[in-house]
Amino acid sequence: MAVTTIAKALAQAMAEEMERDSRVVIWGEEVAAFGGTYGATQGLLDKFGPERVLDTPISEGVIVGAAVGAAMNGLRPIAEIMGINFAFLAMDQILNHAAKVRSMFGGQFECPLVVRTTSGGGRQLAATHSQTFEHVFAHFPGLLVVAPSTPADAKGLLKTAIRCNDPVMFVEQATMYSDKGEVSDDPDHLLPIGKCDVKRTGKDVTLVTYSKMVSISLRAAQKLAEEGVECEVIDLRWLRPLDMETIYTSFKKTNRAVIVEEGWPTYGLSAEIAARIYAECFDYLDAPIQRVAQKEAPLPYSAPLEKYMLPKPEDVIEAVKKVL
Amino acid sequence: MDKAGLLELYKQMVTIRLMEEKCEELYQKGKIGGFMHLYIGQEATGVGAVSVRQPQDNVITAYRDHGIAVACGMDPKGIMAEMFGKITGCSKGKGGSMHLADIQRRFWGGHAIVGAHIALATGLAFADKYRKSDAVTLCFFGDGATNISYFHEGLNLASAWKLPVVWICENNKYGMWTPIEKVSGVHELRQKAIAYGIPSDVCDGMDLLAVRAATEKAIAHTRAGNGPYFLEALTYRYRGHSMGDQRAYRTHDEIKKWQTEDPIGQFEDVLLKTGLPPAEIDKVDDEVKHIIADAVTFAEESPFPSTEEIWADIYADIEPERN
Repeated sequence: MAVTTIAKALAQAMAEEMERDSRVVIWGEEVAAFGGTYGATQGLLDKFGPERVLDTPISEGVIVGAAVGAAMNGLRPIAEIMGINFAFLAMDQILNHAAKVRSMFGGQFECPLVVRTTSGGGRQLAATHSQTFEHVFAHFPGLLVVAPSTPADAKGLLKTAIRCNDPVMFVEQATMYSDKGEVSDDPDHLLPIGKCDVKRTGKDVTLVTYSKMVSISLRAAQKLAEEGVECEVIDLRWLRPLDMETIYTSFKKTNRAVIVEEGWPTYGLSAEIAARIYAECFDYLDAPIQRVAQKEAPLPYSAPLEKYMLPKPEDVIEAVKKVL
Repeated sequence: MDKAGLLELYKQMVTIRLMEEKCEELYQKGKIGGFMHLYIGQEATGVGAVSVRQPQDNVITAYRDHGIAVACGMDPKGIMAEMFGKITGCSKGKGGSMHLADIQRRFWGGHAIVGAHIALATGLAFADKYRKSDAVTLCFFGDGATNISYFHEGLNLASAWKLPVVWICENNKYGMWTPIEKVSGVHELRQKAIAYGIPSDVCDGMDLLAVRAATEKAIAHTRAGNGPYFLEALTYRYRGHSMGDQRAYRTHDEIKKWQTEDPIGQFEDVLLKTGLPPAEIDKVDDEVKHIIADAVTFAEESPFPSTEEIWADIYADIEPERN
């Protein structure tokens, strides 16, 4: 175990998997010579050479499309899309091809592919560069979607994603790359596909969240604990497949839930999870489920406005108080 | 090429023609559903180009894929069953007319989002180059696809990375119902490849031997490690863009003019000039009629997939969540 950042944990995961399997290749904008816009591919070009770590043109469609083709033809590519907002330009390849080439051709084609990308607001990049919509990918059968909340999870989940034989959207939060934490140095440390992680146990309220909102929820839980309210904080890790069993078990204990996501609530992740809890745990319900999410407006550049719009620990605390 | 080889190519073209004429009939009877795009008229392009590939070479195309599928050696039984939506279809009834594929023959599919498979082709080619294989990828697409972003991103990447792809633009003059001249800034489509530094050629897509010669040259260039090559084959589809096309956008005279250059008719003349007795050609025609009849019977008699099949092949590693 060593303490490191999320950026370095990701680089370690890729280096270890490239060492282990020569079919793993990486391409994207600025991933080679520059080491990644957020430093997550630092050192990989030197270690593995230009045949395995490639800078691409600024062409999101073919960045993912080429990765799908290479995956079908026996490689295990990691394609980096610099920001999830640019993934709109690769949407057809992700949703119409990566997610479907296996089933639509009757199982003839494999697609072991990881698309790494960066999501979320908080950097004053204005409306087109600050969105959170990884749950949109989770709408589509055929894809897996995972979003880590800590350096340890980032490393373990990325290694799992690279070894997975299906297409995985690996979504990192843009403001978290320098977050520090302990990381396993076991080269075979994997984390299970489709399993939540309970980041804090508690008996009063279940907080369901993922990625950046895990730390926001944990901060809220800490404050609430000082007031005698014990929150259980569940980190989804995987948006698809969803581990509802862990959530149901927690909810049946607490009878109250707050779902925290960074994106907008309409048609959002919290709507899906709340609907499932209502359907499965109706008899256990002590209060209407609360959703904490971004204000339904395009995210502005101006710092105070951006801060106002994104979920904060105080918003979580307020929501928890509503279900108590 | 010896007579047997030439006769085999003739047989493939006739198989495409008769199979599709049968498909048209079956579509009208409601046996085949969805969108169906016929290749009739373009047979020499697909058969000619694919006939010069080596077994390690990849082939990928768009949704007008029946002809390429036959040229790749696929059995009309699996093709017909696929169009019937049967479990014995090449894609287990999940793809239909637009999504034929055969991984055993390195035919990576019919793809129905215009131009998207151009991006896939770059990846197929990258994987072979990475493994130091000498395989090349033949990527077919229509004139209409040269206007979509994938074409430009794909050709640029292939050129920048020197990927072993032979781009084969089947210029059949119309993107759906719109003449290419109306929607493309350049009318000689190879100009778009020249813009990306890719060497190019144009050939008569109605003349099988001309397509073969041009494709041989293109493949040789690419297999030698020189990067991609762009070949434009001038051809024509006799039928509409898809079934139900009323052809109001082009004249009967135009269609007739192209039919005088019919690829099968032309090639029959070539065969006869080699001294091949007409009876041998008739024999092939009869043989193909039987193959198509057997394919239809096979498709008719095959079962539909069970509803359980919807859950199959979504993922390799996990069970899909059922609802």
